[in-house]
Amino acid sequence: MSRSQSLFAIPDFSVSPRIDQAGAEERASRFTKRSIKKESKLNGLKLVLNMIDLTTLEGKDTEGKVKQLCYKAMHPHDAVPDIPTVAAICVYPSMVKVAKKALGDAGIKVASVATAFPSGQAPKDIKIRDTKYAVSEGADEVDMVISRGKFHAGEYNFVFDEIAAIKEACGDARLKVILETGELGTFDKVRRASDIAMYAGADFIKTSTGKIQPAATMPVTLVMLEAIRDFYYKTGRMVGMKPAGGISKSKLALHYLVMVKEVLGEDWLTNEWFRFGASSLANDVLMQIVKEKTGVYQAANYFSVD
Amino acid sequence: MEKTIKKSSLSISEDGLEKKTSSKRLEVLKTYKIYIGGQFPRTESGRYYQPVNVSGKKMGNVCLSSRKDFRDAVVAARGAFSGWSGRAAFNRGQILYRMAEMLEGRKAQFIEELIQQDSTKTKAEKEVNLAIDRLIYYSGWCDKFQQLFSAVNPVSSSHFNFSVPEPTGVVAIIAPQGDSLLGLVSLIAPVIAGGNTCVVLASETKPLCAVTFAEVLNSSDLPGGVVNILTGKPKELNEWFVTHMDVNATLYCENDSAIQSMMREKSALNLKRIFFYDTVNWDKTKGQSPYFIMDTQEIKTTWHPVENIAGAGGGY
Repeated sequence: MSRSQSLFAIPDFSVSPRIDQAGAEERASRFTKRSIKKESKLNGLKLVLNMIDLTTLEGKDTEGKVKQLCYKAMHPHDAVPDIPTVAAICVYPSMVKVAKKALGDAGIKVASVATAFPSGQAPKDIKIRDTKYAVSEGADEVDMVISRGKFHAGEYNFVFDEIAAIKEACGDARLKVILETGELGTFDKVRRASDIAMYAGADFIKTSTGKIQPAATMPVTLVMLEAIRDFYYKTGRMVGMKPAGGISKSKLALHYLVMVKEVLGEDWLTNEWFRFGASSLANDVLMQIVKEKTGVYQAANYFSVD
Repeated sequence: MEKTIKKSSLSISEDGLEKKTSSKRLEVLKTYKIYIGGQFPRTESGRYYQPVNVSGKKMGNVCLSSRKDFRDAVVAARGAFSGWSGRAAFNRGQILYRMAEMLEGRKAQFIEELIQQDSTKTKAEKEVNLAIDRLIYYSGWCDKFQQLFSAVNPVSSSHFNFSVPEPTGVVAIIAPQGDSLLGLVSLIAPVIAGGNTCVVLASETKPLCAVTFAEVLNSSDLPGGVVNILTGKPKELNEWFVTHMDVNATLYCENDSAIQSMMREKSALNLKRIFFYDTVNWDKTKGQSPYFIMDTQEIKTTWHPVENIAGAGGGY
């Protein structure tokens, strides 16, 4: 992949398009006005569930916790038939092997954060070793963080080269690049960071680590989706999108799907190109699916604890 | 010279103003909004109704709440439950007492609203006084009913075995259509005194006091979400009050056997408790009792392993 980058010219990132903040917020708020009911709601909810990267990224994670999460990924709610599985499990590198074994051949991917997640404050060679370790343990996907400090200092080449180097270290694993938009400050910078990540070889761009507030919001995701669209028009290469953190309600997740459909089109409406990084979203989606099927409002204590 | 002109022009304008207020001023009517999670939103449905009193006067625009308002209210009540039930019982008593104080301070407004809703002045005064006294009554019970209804149970194994009441959770209340203030207070007070949170549907024909009571709650240290008050038609909402899986008990006050049997049937979905208070006279002393608190309590029994005390020659 990194060799194929030379096929398209690397632009000057300091002149990445500027974003009309008021316009982006206004447009994003309009996606929340769509009414999705009955059959289409049920299908939408199932799609959301199938796009979730079920995540646990805590210092207190144990093997038992990861195994339990893997079971939940494979069997979200057995009481109701034909419920899809989630897309992937997202864990720290040290838990990749456990997750890989627990998931077996269920077809659920294992994603691992790497590169001194969540701060990214480590030397490049350590980040590369971190990535290679995750991949050698069996990770199908790697979620890296960019060096926000260097980015703010204007060292775009450093950030670009680092992403390209991690991409190379990933081998066959798909690379998601976390911009940590909550630390970037403005939409202009989010757009610039998105451009850098995509040109450097990202397979996915991702909003946040989930450790910083604000995490994913609709306007910031819109800015990134538009960057993906422009990149696709220029290069013909599809890049995936993963909003993460702060999406815990089904209704909001459906709004995101509307936004993806209207900005990028239906090709992106699969878990190959769009993911939700979330932990509590899954249960809310399950509760809504059961509500649609039974017509009765559900209670959290009838669903697994996570 | 200047002074006199000013004075005369002032008096003229004052005169004109006086005339205007007496004949043409439009009374600013209050918007009666619902109370969810400590906020006063309008109904999400955007629907309203105008309750009419006996003399045919429209009493205002009142929210016609939908099932989604109820859903939101249950979410708020569930969210407030752990905080409220976890408070010291004594503190809950203090807050109920504060509610009574605030109600006393706005007595006149409640009397006026009750009169609008077809009560007489004497009856209205009596009803408000009783409502205040009822809050004080349950305020006192907050940290006392546990001792009365708890027990240490004799068992034959080496266990210290005791039973204590614990709040059941979220209680859905359909307030009586009559006694629009007293009935409401008599139902809410024992439920929250025991540490539950609740969602209440106010009287359909007489909803004014319920909304004003929400304003009292909002200014009396009661955390948002502990009491949520909706206005609207029981006919539309009855079923949602008993089917919701996250509601642990439902209280119903009308003597409608068809609805009562529907409630019995639907409440089996999650084994929620249902109570029909259709024969209770809220203005009698029988309208208050610690047993009303116990209706929405569950008994938890604990078997605590201990040394074989009996063998050592002692009792527990």
